[in-house]
Amino acid sequence: MEFRVSERSNGSPRWLAVYAALVFAFLYLPIVVLILYSFNGAGVGGFPPRNLTLDWYRQLSQDSALWDSVLNSLMVAFCAMAISIGLGLPAALALDRVSFPGKALFRHLVLLPLILPGIITGLSLLMLAVVMGLKLSLLTITLGHGTALIAVATTEIFAGLQKADPKQEEASLDLGANYWQTFWRVTLPNLKLPVIGAALLIFTLSMDEIAVSFFLIGRENTLPLEIWSRLRRGMTPEINAISTIIFVFSLAMIVIWYRLRVRSGEEVADLVAPATEEAV
Amino acid sequence: MYSRAYKLAVALPPIAWVILFMLLPYGLLFLYSFWTVTPSQQIVHQWNLRNYSELLRVPVYLEVLLRSMRIAGIVTLLSLLLGYPLAYFVSFHAGARKELLYQLVIIPLWVSYLARAYAWKTILGSDGVFNMLLQYLHITNHPQGFLLYSPFAVVLTLTHIYTPFTFLPIYAAMEHIPRPLVEASHDLGATPLQTFWRVIVPLSIPGLIAGATFSFVLSLGDFLAPLLVGGPSGIMISNIVVSLFGAAYNWPLGAAISACMMVLVIALLFATERLEKKWSFA
Repeated sequence: MEFRVSERSNGSPRWLAVYAALVFAFLYLPIVVLILYSFNGAGVGGFPPRNLTLDWYRQLSQDSALWDSVLNSLMVAFCAMAISIGLGLPAALALDRVSFPGKALFRHLVLLPLILPGIITGLSLLMLAVVMGLKLSLLTITLGHGTALIAVATTEIFAGLQKADPKQEEASLDLGANYWQTFWRVTLPNLKLPVIGAALLIFTLSMDEIAVSFFLIGRENTLPLEIWSRLRRGMTPEINAISTIIFVFSLAMIVIWYRLRVRSGEEVADLVAPATEEAV
Repeated sequence: MYSRAYKLAVALPPIAWVILFMLLPYGLLFLYSFWTVTPSQQIVHQWNLRNYSELLRVPVYLEVLLRSMRIAGIVTLLSLLLGYPLAYFVSFHAGARKELLYQLVIIPLWVSYLARAYAWKTILGSDGVFNMLLQYLHITNHPQGFLLYSPFAVVLTLTHIYTPFTFLPIYAAMEHIPRPLVEASHDLGATPLQTFWRVIVPLSIPGLIAGATFSFVLSLGDFLAPLLVGGPSGIMISNIVVSLFGAAYNWPLGAAISACMMVLVIALLFATERLEKKWSFA
């Protein structure tokens, strides 16, 4: 059923291809610079980069403060992932199957942190922590990330539910399975890919989150906040090096995700699109 | 088909969480904005509108808000100028490389936000890539200082960060355009340009509105790029909020500004939601 508009019949607009190439150049220029300067012996300034070296990576490997923050970020990301999926999954089921008063408000509130500037979410949670007498720590950051990212879990899983066949659950219930068994044996296996996709997305977003964390930070830094505090003191290519490593790591995760999807025979659908489409 | 217990079990936990960690904190933001801070820096629960009248009275707040909206507006316009043609190209003219090109637009999103903002510093700085290139090409013989620490640098950095976000909903909208419609337009004798303007543009407007809302709202509230590359003339409204919550220690006033921002954003979301509905063809 795919109609591909052939380039020829459309008068193959060459200038459009050139324009697209320029936009790509703009998108990739800072990334290339970032990676290139992580090998630059002369620091973050100057052009062209010279004295290519691995020194910054060596220095990075001995920088325990930075690795502590990486560990903190990983911990926060894992817990935030658990919170967001743990609540986003029932939220998606509720939006799909339950009608309750205030449902429209609920839907809008859940999605709000996706589109609301992080500063507002961060500040309101800061006020909540103060009013509740919670000490700021990695825990408050985790709660913040977990809450803000429920939106991602809900949209991805809700999109998955729309594609699933409700007759399977019906059959399971008719054949005598209870709701609990049906959930574990039918509902959840059908939602495997959206759940894994949402989890990956939440993990990466949490690892890079800074606007909400900025206001909820206690004594211990997450990686972005550690980087932030160093940027303000002065730049070194060590920051480029750690950013490059994280980038390569996320890229590897994405590739694994696509392999997984392709192997499971699903069409290669999108990791990011449902969230961005739903948010607005 | 679902029992009452099932419905309660799936609906109650997320509703309770949303009330406790979203509704309550957002409500607190509004409460704080009606309180006040004493000269000895204590927040007292004295209900008044002083914070809001202060915002109207002292010109700097409105000035910075307007500047932020101008910066966000320019970022939105640039993101659309970059993102829209790119989405059109990838969706309709990329042929077999479509999936690859799509991924190539997404990949920059996996580079940390700070790292990208910081890379622009390397590019725009006085001993940066751009300046050295200008001198190397003999366009100028001394470093140009105006590039970094200016509203220009903020606009460039934010445009870079939000172009993929603008691209995504536009691309999704274009992918939903039924291809037979485009074929029909060709068959009925429309030129490619006519097809573009009269079929593709109208059908992609909901995506365009969504993309524009994204980049406008998110860049309006950004405070990190201005701090990193903006300098004094690139300060935006969120930077004022940050300082009110930090060194200046006036939470109620900061809360009042945040409350205004939130109302502005929600009003905008309502307006765009209606606009999108009006333009959607499904």
